Amino acid sequence: MKITEKLALDAFKNDKETHIQLDQKICHNCKERFCVYACPANLYALNEKGEMVVEYAGCLECGTCQIACIYGSVKWRYPRSGFGVQYRFG
Amino acid sequence: MEKVDVIIVGGGLAGLSCAYELADSGMTVIVLERGDFSGSKNVTGGRIYLSPLRNLLPDLWKEAPLERHVTKEILTLMGETNSTTFELYSEQFNQEPYPSYTILRAKFDRWFADLISEKGVFIIPQKKVDDIVKEGEKVIGIKAGDEEIGADCVVAADGILSFMAEKAGLRQPFKPQHFALGFKEVIQLDPETIEDRFRLGDGEGAAQLFVGTLTKGMMGGGFLYTNRESLSFGIVVGLQSLNRREPREEVYKLLDDFKERPEIKHLIRGGNTTEYSAHLITEGGIHIKPKVYGDGILILGDAAGLGLNMLVTVRGMEYAMASGVLAGWAIKKAKEKNDFSASSLAEYDKLLNDSFIIKEMTAFKNSLSILENQRLFSKYPQAISDLFENVMRVNKHPKKRLYETISQGLKENFLNLQTVRDWLQFRKI
Repeated sequence: MKITEKLALDAFKNDKETHIQLDQKICHNCKERFCVYACPANLYALNEKGEMVVEYAGCLECGTCQIACIYGSVKWRYPRSGFGVQYRFG
Repeated sequence: MEKVDVIIVGGGLAGLSCAYELADSGMTVIVLERGDFSGSKNVTGGRIYLSPLRNLLPDLWKEAPLERHVTKEILTLMGETNSTTFELYSEQFNQEPYPSYTILRAKFDRWFADLISEKGVFIIPQKKVDDIVKEGEKVIGIKAGDEEIGADCVVAADGILSFMAEKAGLRQPFKPQHFALGFKEVIQLDPETIEDRFRLGDGEGAAQLFVGTLTKGMMGGGFLYTNRESLSFGIVVGLQSLNRREPREEVYKLLDDFKERPEIKHLIRGGNTTEYSAHLITEGGIHIKPKVYGDGILILGDAAGLGLNMLVTVRGMEYAMASGVLAGWAIKKAKEKNDFSASSLAEYDKLLNDSFIIKEMTAFKNSLSILENQRLFSKYPQAISDLFENVMRVNKHPKKRLYETISQGLKENFLNLQTVRDWLQFRKI
């Protein structure tokens, strides 16, 4: 089962705005890409311009990325009230 | 600014237990929960131990929507192509009151919140708190969107990422070595199939932990808990070892690889995955416990770093609930004196220190340093399985004496200085 198929099983209420901000200056100088390997939803990837982007809509709200990124690029906040993942089992 | 007696930020186990304790106190208590309902943002492995909680919350459990009471503890050491399993069944686990249950948080927390609402506590869902309101050093309320609400006491029960504790200046900066990531699938299976596969009676449950090659050398392990009609199946890995791992590989792939192992494949066969979830776990133990009180504020549960990895058991939910009850006691006492200053609320810290929570966290203060030993997660599970396999296997060569096989295995992997050192380290926990 692909990770995108797993995420499709979850209930999400997606906001129009992201709750995860990246500091492109920090990301630009990063070699390790901790976020890419640590996100359990596989939401981090480089775009065609070589910039790190995060697909916030599938966020499981664990907050791992902001701690794994020891350079402090990830500004992570909870999604606004009423948005984000809605666990039915947990 | 509108004012109440107590604002509890976060309607999870810690916040709800505090609200439950305060429900009959005559104080005005509100719980602000960012999810659509309590439990909708919560994840556990999970199993909850009730024994430490029965005195603190005696009336809660009869009607509680828990899953199965755990009668079987299973530990599997995973090698590359083999594994060894220890299975413990005890009559003690199968006698009421049952010591532990598997649990699904979206179900349990929602029920608990409804129960507390009926007792007159206001639980407001879809209400994310953005900030605390201070007057000098004293916390006097919270801010949610444009709205400010005042309170004599703000209770930060907003989970492991506690932004409240951060805003109050009571939390240490996050470090990868103090956290682990847990992620899991909930796999639907009918109850009879679960009971047959794990050889359980009606309503009985199993808790299986896995350690070894599944985490590819990283600190952590796998878990499998039987719920009533599903399995909670997942992996936990320490963030520091995840960051340091070579070769680099996306963490989510661990679970897919693990699922392909025959030890797992046949247990989950025919099951439908219905949810995928993830959550952080505190691993820092007593070393990162913040100051849990200030002027007008208390910090509970995961937000206060109350959690423990005891190697074979992982604790957190009981700590959250117990800390909620203790905070409730401290708040009632502060109300009697009408004094919510830090020195008055310090009562909560005293109660915590006298409780099983801090006693256990102190007793296991060295567990993190033991867990940093990579050999626990790679070499030893493999070596034990290899040794056992050599004892059991019959091949084309004449079988050697058992003593020879065992002593050769021990010599190769265990009778050396490094293992002795590891064993001496182990004395610390």
